[in-house]
Amino acid sequence: MVQVDRQQWDVVVVGAGGAGLRAAIEARERGARTAVICKSLFGKAHTVMAEGGIAASMGNVNEGDNWQVHFRDTMRGGKFLNQWRMAELHAKEAPDRVWELETWGALFDRTPDGRISQRNFGGHEYPRLAHVGDRTGLELIRTLQQKIVQLQQEDFKEYGDHEARLKVFQECTVTRVLKEGPRVSGAFCYERESGRFFVLEAPAVVLATGGIGKSFKTTSNSWEYTGDGHALALLAGAPLLNMEFVQFHPTGMVWPPSVKGILVTESVRGDGGVLRNSEGKRFMFDYVPDVFKEKYAESEEEGDRWYEDPDHNRRPPELLPRDEVARAINSEVKAGRGSPHGGVFLDVSTRMPAERIRRRLPSMYHQFKELADVDITAEAMEVGPTCHYVMGGIAVDSDSAATVGVPGLFAAGEVAGGMHGSNRLGGNSLSDLLVFGRRAGLHAAGYAASAGRPAVSQAEIEAAAAEALAPFHADEGAENPYTLHQELQTTMNDLVGIIRRAGEMAEALERLAALRVRAARAGVEGHRQFNPGWHLALDLRNMLLVSECVARAALERTESRGGHTREDCPSMERDWRPVNLLCRPVDPAPADPAAGRIALVRTRTEPIRPDLLALFEKDELVKYLAEEELYE
Amino acid sequence: MTTYDARFRIWRGDTEGGELRDFTVEVHDGEVVLDIVHRLQATQVPDLAVRWNCKAGKCGSCSAEVNGRPRLMCMTRMSTFTREETISVTPLRAFPVIRDLVTDVSFNYRKAREVPAFVPPQGVAPGAYRMRQEDVERSQEFRKCIECFLCQDTCHVVRDHEENKPAFAGPRFLMRVAELDMHPLDAAQEAGLDRKRAAQEDHGLGLCNITKCCTEVCPEGIKITDNALIPLKERAVDRAYDPLVWLGNKIRRRTAP
Ligand SMILES: Cc1cc2nc3c(=O)[nH]c(=O)nc-3n(C[C@H](O)[C@H](O)[C@H](O)COP(=O)(O)OP(=O)(O)OC[C@H]3O[C@@H](n4cnc5c(N)ncnc54)[C@H](O)[C@@H]3O)c2cc1C
Ligand code: SF4
Ligand code: SF4
Ligand code: FES
Repeated sequence: MVQVDRQQWDVVVVGAGGAGLRAAIEARERGARTAVICKSLFGKAHTVMAEGGIAASMGNVNEGDNWQVHFRDTMRGGKFLNQWRMAELHAKEAPDRVWELETWGALFDRTPDGRISQRNFGGHEYPRLAHVGDRTGLELIRTLQQKIVQLQQEDFKEYGDHEARLKVFQECTVTRVLKEGPRVSGAFCYERESGRFFVLEAPAVVLATGGIGKSFKTTSNSWEYTGDGHALALLAGAPLLNMEFVQFHPTGMVWPPSVKGILVTESVRGDGGVLRNSEGKRFMFDYVPDVFKEKYAESEEEGDRWYEDPDHNRRPPELLPRDEVARAINSEVKAGRGSPHGGVFLDVSTRMPAERIRRRLPSMYHQFKELADVDITAEAMEVGPTCHYVMGGIAVDSDSAATVGVPGLFAAGEVAGGMHGSNRLGGNSLSDLLVFGRRAGLHAAGYAASAGRPAVSQAEIEAAAAEALAPFHADEGAENPYTLHQELQTTMNDLVGIIRRAGEMAEALERLAALRVRAARAGVEGHRQFNPGWHLALDLRNMLLVSECVARAALERTESRGGHTREDCPSMERDWRPVNLLCRPVDPAPADPAAGRIALVRTRTEPIRPDLLALFEKDELVKYLAEEELYE
Repeated sequence: MTTYDARFRIWRGDTEGGELRDFTVEVHDGEVVLDIVHRLQATQVPDLAVRWNCKAGKCGSCSAEVNGRPRLMCMTRMSTFTREETISVTPLRAFPVIRDLVTDVSFNYRKAREVPAFVPPQGVAPGAYRMRQEDVERSQEFRKCIECFLCQDTCHVVRDHEENKPAFAGPRFLMRVAELDMHPLDAAQEAGLDRKRAAQEDHGLGLCNITKCCTEVCPEGIKITDNALIPLKERAVDRAYDPLVWLGNKIRRRTAP
């Protein structure tokens, strides 16, 4: 029998990024004893990398802004597939969530009259992104981290123990959500440092584990992004929503090879940077799609004037939503008009004085200088698309962040689906984390207070422990987890990447099946203490599950929309607008590793509430909504 | 693209002890030390322990000592070394080793808890905060800190003096006190908290003798000593009583361009 340490908490939050920390703060403030668990050190979660800003319609720079405009932009950006109630709550609550950060010590950049400054970003009609230079994520995470420390200081005064009511288990990983019957009963975890297992018993678990980018070769994401939360939800029986939508950010570094994929923030374009091909042409003017024709400048002159006088000019097409820009770059490179290392040129050096570039974009200046020997104040950067964000995710209730069908399981942040539809606007993630992180914490605490305490069975612990230890018992001819990971990344990058074709996706599914068979034999050397090979072997299960979801859903959706582009089905089909694709686990899980683990289910989206529809012009709705929706 | 074989000496071991091990490993154009450590993991030592996250100098996870100098592995380019050189990579010296390149940095999290948090001003509603850019800039500089703890590692007050650790917060957290002290709306004073005095009495500011070693290793280029520690000292005690401040100012003046 495995002996593991068991601890009782009211709410367990998996993940210490923006969503997880905001959830934990809320749950603790509502009286729930709350544990946060995260794979990295406290304060290092992926959110720390966010650069450009956090979207909230505070209207500090342009008074025309309000939640309705933000809602509209978000729905347009997502091509109307967004879970509209989430988009509504998000637009309405984002300003309060940003202002609240100031009361916890955050220091955003200011307007001349002392308010929070806001910058332009792709797809946002007004300057809307609160920011701190280009290190907004750092400010967000540090502020939340320091708020948590403040709550712990309070508890220390009251109980003599900093961790009496809020504890962070850093460098620990959850490998299973535990259940009693249909209900959540806790989480099974291991500590990186010792390899020791432990169980956090709790009636409510919030998944806030971020994204899946590490399944792709070229990505802006860190090692943490192995889709753990997505997989944990599936394994616990909760479905994922619209997993085919993966955002490829248009501007990642392309050279040198070792930094390929690292993000070049969209603020470069928001602040005036332009894209050019090898012929020196600002090619984005050729790529404005019909649905956006009236909203973007037709000439370089008009686009340039917009930075100074946005009320009388239209914005330059460099600021189209990300999916459009990424596809355009891809086409230019394909047509042989790319830069020497297979990207295109992004230039600020001819657009702003060097001093201003260094002030507005300090990390970008630093990043290119240090990693690529490029001085962005003097020459253009080379950039190309990089896997950045997953719009798909755990299906949740818009108001409460509760997952579907597993009482006690909640999800918020990048791991949750719905909010961004088929494509996320820049800056809308950080605000999403705060709005729905808070809601998840609130509802998890409420649920925990009334749910009682489901039991954690020894049998479940035994099974979870055996699963986690399997890589140490691999026989002769064990597979190297690093090799498997690389093959998985290549498969997804090449076959289910930015431009997709049916044949390739079908092939991807076959390769994934073969990788699953090999992953069952993944073996590791050494012992359980801080052993990265072992950790990766465990992460493979998650990446393979999530990759199967992406490939299956992408093959099923026979249209192009947002972050899902098919060469064989190039146009957006209005009939697909009201269709959600749910990925459900095949139950019981097949014993044969080659067999698929995911079943797809089509559901219909809830009709958009009439007062929200009324925020759009009829002419615009006609371009998006399915025929029958127009008559409803 | 050019490729060559580089020689590395990497510390391997755990709480029980360990040793430097030699490796020969391939290096490609444009790579950083962390790339090489990853290549070693993938091809030679799958259980080599190392911390990292962003690989872009943003999270402060991959701190180690490269040729004895505290650095971020992901921002240390191989092109800064000659091809003949043997490059040593060792864990941060000021903190206890857990395994290989991973150290126990809990000291820093304890110190973070000892600094009283931001005190919001009474009667100012969320959304009504007004601050001028030039007034927030000083604290903003300190908030660029990515908590890599390289400054904590290098500061001689604790680097080889375990006995000073209980009394000394280290440059990172003294800077945190300065940051809050310079926050335009922090209401600590009104709440009866004198941050300057606390820096001196509770966080060991007096132990700092402004050598500026912390500033030299900071990957964010934060002027920890000049902009945080010295002003804090100046405000903490009457300058006549702190000859070091006087000296520090002299030095600063002399080296200023
Ligand atoms: C380079 C870059 C720049 C970006 N810039 C912006 C921007 O300017 N504006 C914007 O809005 N968005 C931006 N984004 C997107 C945004 O940063 C992310 O979507 C967001 O930070 C995700 O936050 P999160 O709270 O969901 O998860 P994260 O911050 O990623 O946190 C996930 C947490 O879960 C933990 N975790 C994961 N799996 C497990 C497990 N199995 N067990 C225990 N813990 C686990 C991790 O350790 C981590 O603590 C950017 C993204 C990148 C990559
Ligand atoms: S200046 Fe002070 S804090 Fe910085 S390294 Fe020297 S003694 Fe330490
Ligand atoms: S002040 Fe600089 S060196 Fe010190 S922890 Fe922060 S970023 Fe690192
Ligand atoms: S890995 Fe994040 S700073 Fe090096």
